[in-house]
Amino acid sequence: MSKIIVVTSGKGGVGKTTTSAAIGTGFALRGHKTVIVDFDVGLRNLDLIMGCERRVVYDFVNVVNGEANLQQALIKDKRLENLYVLAASQTRDKDALTLEGVEKVLMELKEQFEYVICDSPAGIEKGAHLAMYFADEAIVVTNPEVSSVRDSDRMLGILSSKSRRSENNEDPIVEHLLITRYNPERVAGGEMLSIDDVTDILAIKLKGVIPESQAVLKASNQGVPVILDTESDAGQAYNDTIDRLLGKEVKLRFVEVPKQGFFARLFGGK
Amino acid sequence: MNLFDFFRGRQKQTSASVAKERLQIIVAHERGQRSTPDYLPALQKELVEVIRKYVNIGNDDVQVALENQGSCSILELNITLPDR
Ligand SMILES: Nc1ncnc2c1ncn2[C@@H]1O[C@H](COP(=O)(O)OP(=O)(O)OP(=O)(O)O)[C@@H](O)[C@H]1O
Ligand SMILES: [Mg+2]
Repeated sequence: MSKIIVVTSGKGGVGKTTTSAAIGTGFALRGHKTVIVDFDVGLRNLDLIMGCERRVVYDFVNVVNGEANLQQALIKDKRLENLYVLAASQTRDKDALTLEGVEKVLMELKEQFEYVICDSPAGIEKGAHLAMYFADEAIVVTNPEVSSVRDSDRMLGILSSKSRRSENNEDPIVEHLLITRYNPERVAGGEMLSIDDVTDILAIKLKGVIPESQAVLKASNQGVPVILDTESDAGQAYNDTIDRLLGKEVKLRFVEVPKQGFFARLFGGK
Repeated sequence: MNLFDFFRGRQKQTSASVAKERLQIIVAHERGQRSTPDYLPALQKELVEVIRKYVNIGNDDVQVALENQGSCSILELNITLPDR
């Protein structure tokens, strides 16, 4: 049975594209045939994070308009056998995607792939709506910060009332929370919302906590999804998240401040 | 906690706990508004038009609000008529 999963947040810049690339790659690593679809029309970026930017010939809008067929537009990953990317169009026409066009492409993808990961643009306007409308599940990416949490809550309201599932009175979209850019030191210092603070407010099931990590920038510099950096904290945290999305119970890691010596603690050193 | 915090004492609320309190309040408020039906603005506009056939009122002189109390909903209309 195949699944459409939207990666969404409301607020911009919280880590949706980083997460889409990592999660899509993670499913493919476990042997699931997966495609990651960039819905950010006009601001294509998933291709860069996946390292396939020079191989984009046709994009999502070309397929919707019948200028290319799906097979021509799908970009096969160079590293993994069952991983593909569908790039967003760089057009400035915001109406390039229509609900009918998106439906046609997604239903076709659903026949070929086990997981269809939709990388949503920021905001709650048309692009974000198109990315979530046909979803079976949603990964809500949230930073431990007031505006991100508030926007995630708004997005949860939209997921439960403005999706195809809700409009057809079907089972609701399954909602997963992913906290990213988490900094245990700042949480311990009382300067950043904790995991419990965020889950208390949003009240949906937590599927992972990705630490603030230098590995993310390094991975994006190189066009390698961070989950493939298996030594890194963020890579391992995304890997654990895949386990949980596949139903395994895995303990959270990288969420505590590493133990320090007595003097370091006394003087607040690092 | 370092020495400085220790001597200053910890009566002060952390900024994270202030953030959480503010979020809880605004999120609860916005969830309440979310349940208001989409037709309220249209209803308000039409009411203004109907009333304006008889009295001269402005667009903001009709306020509509829907309140949910248990199993029943109350539609509250507040119409401000101009001074005579
Ligand atoms: N765990 C992390 N640690 C450090 N930096 C991160 C982390 N996650 C994301 N970033 C950085 O945050 C920035 C935004 O990430 P990303 O592009 O994935 O966000 P987005 O939600 O897709 O943004 P947009 O809303 O613009 O599409 C990037 O510079 C990325 O490298
Ligand atoms: Mg993005």
